[in-house]
Amino acid sequence: MALIEFQNVSKFFPHSTGRALLRTHIAHWFGADHKEKFVALKNISFQVAPGESLAVVGSNGAGKSTLLSLAAGLATPDQGRVLVNGHVAALLELGSGFHPDLTGSENLLLNSALLGRSRKQTLALAEKITEFSGIADFMDEPIRTYSSGMVMRLAFSIAIHTEPDILLLDEVLAVGDAGFQVKCREALSDFQRAGKSILFVSHSDAKVREMCERALWLDHGELIMQGDAAGVLDAYSGRLALQQQAGEQAT
Amino acid sequence: MWNGDYWFVITSLVAKDFKVRYRNMSLGVLWSLFNPLIMMGVLTFITTEIFANSSVQNYPLAVLCGLVPFNFFSLAWLTGTVSLLENASLIKRVPVPRQIFPIASVLSNCMHLLIQIGLLLVSVLIFGRGVNIYWLWLPVIWMLEIVFVLGLALAFSAVNVYVRDTRYVVESANTILFWLVPIFYSFSAIPAKFRAVYEFNPVAALVMMMRTILLEGRAPVFSTLRNLICVSLFTFISGWFVFRRLKPGFYEYL
Repeated sequence: MALIEFQNVSKFFPHSTGRALLRTHIAHWFGADHKEKFVALKNISFQVAPGESLAVVGSNGAGKSTLLSLAAGLATPDQGRVLVNGHVAALLELGSGFHPDLTGSENLLLNSALLGRSRKQTLALAEKITEFSGIADFMDEPIRTYSSGMVMRLAFSIAIHTEPDILLLDEVLAVGDAGFQVKCREALSDFQRAGKSILFVSHSDAKVREMCERALWLDHGELIMQGDAAGVLDAYSGRLALQQQAGEQAT
Repeated sequence: MWNGDYWFVITSLVAKDFKVRYRNMSLGVLWSLFNPLIMMGVLTFITTEIFANSSVQNYPLAVLCGLVPFNFFSLAWLTGTVSLLENASLIKRVPVPRQIFPIASVLSNCMHLLIQIGLLLVSVLIFGRGVNIYWLWLPVIWMLEIVFVLGLALAFSAVNVYVRDTRYVVESANTILFWLVPIFYSFSAIPAKFRAVYEFNPVAALVMMMRTILLEGRAPVFSTLRNLICVSLFTFISGWFVFRRLKPGFYEYL
């Protein structure tokens, strides 16, 4: 059984804002369908098997983040079905749940609660999380005094300790200094070795090759190619090089 | 999807609000007491000195019985309404159940409410109105009021995601309500033909019942209580359904 399965999934976003928004809502209530819709994903199907790690590549606006948010259950598809079997942890924009005036420990508690852990589990894990983050000395200081690297360290440590079956990563591996990056990498490989899956969005060719066996290539919401990571990446970077060449010729 | 601990999340969010609000204030929780006391002083001055027609006994106390429910209601309604927008970054990143945000926001206003009710009860004792058996009604009517505000917060926070003007509608409604709720006048001053309307307004009903219990030492009037129960439950249930209906679009519109 696949951990994540997308069946012909499409996702649209509304275009209008402000005053036009109210008009669109009213039209919608009266049954008129709005014409202006942005297609973020178009008829996407793929599966992630247990123990498999899948990378999603593509240029900005290709629909990568939308795909992750659908897999995380944050958004619902407009067409098709998204099936998820197992506990998902999404490491999207780390630290977005932090409040600058609360201390590290207080934020740890709050974030952990939001991620779905009970008080008991949180308190049991708190020490491990603090230790992993390597900022134990600052846990009683408000987050606003932290450097951005420290905030990321704490956020990553909290998220990685949720013990998920599936991890969704959105460009978050560039966390902290070299030492911490090594630690993160190790934690992720341990995770993979334990037979769990990662869905990984990245612009870094090297990281994708290192971590994932398979890859998806999205462009303007459409699935261009899926298959083994090396093949997809070669095709993707080939296309990028072509576009660059075309751009140079044009100018 | 998300099978976490609801109670832990809500208490954590309430604790966050409380800490964030008071941590950087030198006077801390005292601010919750100053605001109603100052308003009480101003309203007492205007009504007894400028208009000088106060037939109400213990006027400052009667005003406080109006201010505490009104302050709670207007603040809880407004912060509840904006709660989803304020937590947009969380809603787009964490699959935590969305209704937690308006609920936690109303409950964190209850923390301030407790402080203000404490102030009110102490004032009642200072003014020489003793404790009576009908005080047992207080938790009941306050629970009903909280249920009412929860319903409003659910519905308005969801609508506010789609139509951002909602928060200004709420702000204006609160300004109007200040005059329409018997805060600085008594229920008996209202002409008979308008009384029925007041009876169905949960905020006005609460103010009237607070006065009946604390100042007159009587049990709340049955019809007012019945109306409060009906309106509160109806609002809560409708709010819940509105929220459920609008929830699927939050991600796109936030």
